[in-house]
Amino acid sequence: MTLLEVRGAAKRFGAVQALDGVDLRVTAGEVVALVGDNGAGKSTLVKAIAGVFPLDAGEVLRHGALSVVWQDLALCDNLDVVANLFLGRERVRHGLLDELEMEREAQALLARLGVTLPAVRAPVSALSGGQRQSVAVARAVLAQPKVMLLDEPTAALGVAQTAQVLQLVARLRSEGLGVLVVSHNLADVFQVADRIVVLRLGRKVAELDPKAASREAVVAAITGATA
Amino acid sequence: MTLKERLPVLIGLVAIAIVFQSLNANFLSARNLTNLGLQIAAMSLVACGLVFVLLLGEIDLSAGAVSGLGAAVMGVVGVRFGLPGPLCALAALLTGAAIGLFQGVWITRFTVPSFVVTLAGLLAWQGAQLGVLGDTGSLNLNDGFIVGLCATFLPPLAGGALLVAAITGVALTSVLSRRWVSAGRLGLLGISGGLPLAIFSADRGVPLAVVLVVGVVALMDAVVRRTRFGRHVLAVGGNAEAARRAGISVERVRIAVFALGSMLAAAGGVLAASRLLAVNQSSGGGDLLLNAIASAVIGGTSLFGGRGSVWSALIGALAIGGISNGMDLLGWASPVKYGVTGAVLLLAVTVDALARSRSAAR
Ligand SMILES: Nc1ncnc2c1ncn2[C@@H]1O[C@H](COP(=O)(O)OP(=O)(O)OP(=O)(O)O)[C@@H](O)[C@H]1O
Ligand SMILES: [Mg+2]
Repeated sequence: MTLLEVRGAAKRFGAVQALDGVDLRVTAGEVVALVGDNGAGKSTLVKAIAGVFPLDAGEVLRHGALSVVWQDLALCDNLDVVANLFLGRERVRHGLLDELEMEREAQALLARLGVTLPAVRAPVSALSGGQRQSVAVARAVLAQPKVMLLDEPTAALGVAQTAQVLQLVARLRSEGLGVLVVSHNLADVFQVADRIVVLRLGRKVAELDPKAASREAVVAAITGATA
Repeated sequence: MTLKERLPVLIGLVAIAIVFQSLNANFLSARNLTNLGLQIAAMSLVACGLVFVLLLGEIDLSAGAVSGLGAAVMGVVGVRFGLPGPLCALAALLTGAAIGLFQGVWITRFTVPSFVVTLAGLLAWQGAQLGVLGDTGSLNLNDGFIVGLCATFLPPLAGGALLVAAITGVALTSVLSRRWVSAGRLGLLGISGGLPLAIFSADRGVPLAVVLVVGVVALMDAVVRRTRFGRHVLAVGGNAEAARRAGISVERVRIAVFALGSMLAAAGGVLAASRLLAVNQSSGGGDLLLNAIASAVIGGTSLFGGRGSVWSALIGALAIGGISNGMDLLGWASPVKYGVTGAVLLLAVTVDALARSRSAAR
């Protein structure tokens, strides 16, 4: 089932054609990797899908709610994990915060996603990069989206933390979500993606199956060299 | 805030007690401590409002001037228009809230730093205070209600009943928000309420002003920690962009906090006027603003936003007020007093900055 469809997306910033007739589909239970060199238009596409700005041409069709995990995470370091998960969606009882309910829901959610943290009442500032990323993803999941967009979720992470986040992405897929993940790391992409979409200078130049395509083919599509 | 974060100021309080008691045996007497309670009441309310502003990572330099203008409005509507005391006090609070609303809207709408808007406010509201007071520049207060705020002492039994009610209230909000408070914490609360109760009872009784201040501080603390609004204040102070993306109306939170802060400043002005039995041109002036900021920061509220607690206003006011009271008992001259208060403030801000860089380094 198609959850997200982009048709002929075009966006220009001054002299830069950031997106040029891009088509994209994400179906349920599928991880689509969006790759491309710096400035290829990946973040622009994510923002256009999320509705941050309108497209010049083309359309975005969404079948179901969508949440985004932005590259800079946007967590409140001074608040604990539970408070961050429920920020803007606090559970309230008799006009007061229902901490018990939020803690219960947080525990259940984190367990479901296979995220292990030292304590849900620890301030986010005390967590590792991978744990913070996991909290940001869990926060997005709490909105019960059908589609998740992740912009470079492993960019700043070490090996073990990257594995943790990739596992989380796989978990989202097994729950039937459609996932669009932007990444620079081809090892990650080959590990988790069902499909690879390559952007170059705002155009979609290739759509590859990681089981069939070689890494060289992807690199060639990204750089534009003839393989 | 955890007990560990509170430790520096608590140690400071003990040090203040030991030093001044050894220099003057009257420092810890029931009479002097009751006086201290009355001396810091007004400042504590101003500091309480500033805590909210500081939690946002903003500053309000107009708090002293607003407290003075609020008191002046209260005096004028009482003396000139003959309104009853409670209505006069209400007029002061509304004046404060309106000013805070205005400043908050200005700060968010035109994205002018709060530092600048409230500095301009400091001048403007001081001017307004002079204008409201008129030619004589001073009004004597004799309304029973207003004077009674600082001149009423509750008998020990009534004080004890209030303490029991307070502990019950804490337990109740804990049950309502289902965040358990341990019996140990309730016991600690009993001790930290019982000790002053015993001290006050050995003198004139429990000052009504102190009861009011503690009540307001407790209520505001519950607002910060147990309500959605309070959670949003902390979030905006911690990471405004994250708060915005979480769907919180950052502007609305900011405006509400400035309105609340100025209203509490005006409430402080009411108490100060009640204690002085008058409003004059220097009401709300002098070192009130700086001492109130110092109280909030010394109590452990960060100048950088997102970290702190409303109780820090009271604990810090106790430290600042205690030092000032002790130096007065010893008859120290103003230059020394200002120097010492400045040094204490510098120390507290430095501790805050160090704590912040340590948590950022993690
Ligand atoms: N708001 C903007 N104003 C002007 N130009 C922009 C804006 N956003 C993006 N661009 C331009 O559009 C092009 C695509 O940018 P985009 O951020 O989508 O690239 P990207 O593929 O995400 O790159 P990276 O891997 O570096 O994150 C770039 O040339 C960039 O300079
Ligand atoms: Mg990008």
